Amino acid sequence: MIFVTVGSQIPFDRLVQCIDEWAGCQTPPHDALLAQIGASERPPAHIEWTRRLSSAEYLERVASSRAVIAHAGMGTILTAIDLRKPILVMPRIGCMGETRNDHQIATARHLQQIVGLSVAWDESELRNWLGRLDEITIPSSRSDSIQNLTSYIQNFINRAA
Amino acid sequence: MAIASGGGHWLQLQQLRDAFTEHDVTYLSVDAGLAVQVPEGKFHRIKDATREEPLDLLRCAYQVLRLIIRIRPEIVLSTGAAPGLFGLIFGKLFGATTIWIDSVANVEKLSLSGRLVRPFADLRLTQWEHLACEAGLRYAGSVL
Repeated sequence: MIFVTVGSQIPFDRLVQCIDEWAGCQTPPHDALLAQIGASERPPAHIEWTRRLSSAEYLERVASSRAVIAHAGMGTILTAIDLRKPILVMPRIGCMGETRNDHQIATARHLQQIVGLSVAWDESELRNWLGRLDEITIPSSRSDSIQNLTSYIQNFINRAA
Repeated sequence: MAIASGGGHWLQLQQLRDAFTEHDVTYLSVDAGLAVQVPEGKFHRIKDATREEPLDLLRCAYQVLRLIIRIRPEIVLSTGAAPGLFGLIFGKLFGATTIWIDSVANVEKLSLSGRLVRPFADLRLTQWEHLACEAGLRYAGSVL
């Protein structure tokens, strides 16, 4: 299954519609798709969808999927890294009312560089990726970096407590 | 006391839990479904709030204040966003040591909460080395 997720706060119809249209054009059966569409305004017609999953269901869907396609939300990206799942993101764009600011573009650009995140910058790139799902990468994780941060905080707490 | 709103904020708090789980930790977040991830009785649900909804911000601040007065934590730590800002402000007022870890999602500049929290944070961390250029803001690693 391919799991599509766009967070819950603000609609992201551009991503949901693009994938739905792509699925509608496929004649031989493609991978099953499930979309968690959150506040998106136009429910998809050609793929299975849900508004919102519980956090347990969400983790289970990510864990059992072949790949995740998502907005560039940090929660989704970190979950995919944790579960070693291939993930493709399309950043929300602030001036299109898809987010409060353009932080997803900056996030995607930096993560593309430092952990090899797969990014579709617009719908045409997304359609292109949909034709080669096997090329979506698992972002690399740097365990030393999180260990450094954890022990720094731990030391600070132990000195203060 | 460890505070995070939903999604990525909560996930980052969980990824960093080795830093504080040896202590008695109370968790505050916005989604009751997250309670199963922490020891029983150690989770409090608070109102989710963003700057677009001032009334929810007030409710959230009031809930956080009540919990701080009741629990009197020695340490208040947050990965953001608005609920954590309230937690550090009230925590500081009631004598706690306060720690702010700005979300790794803030790549180009510190979050608004991360900037506002400055006078109330004993330790303020960014997860991006290139942002750690102002006084009182440190880089010590990241969840990535």
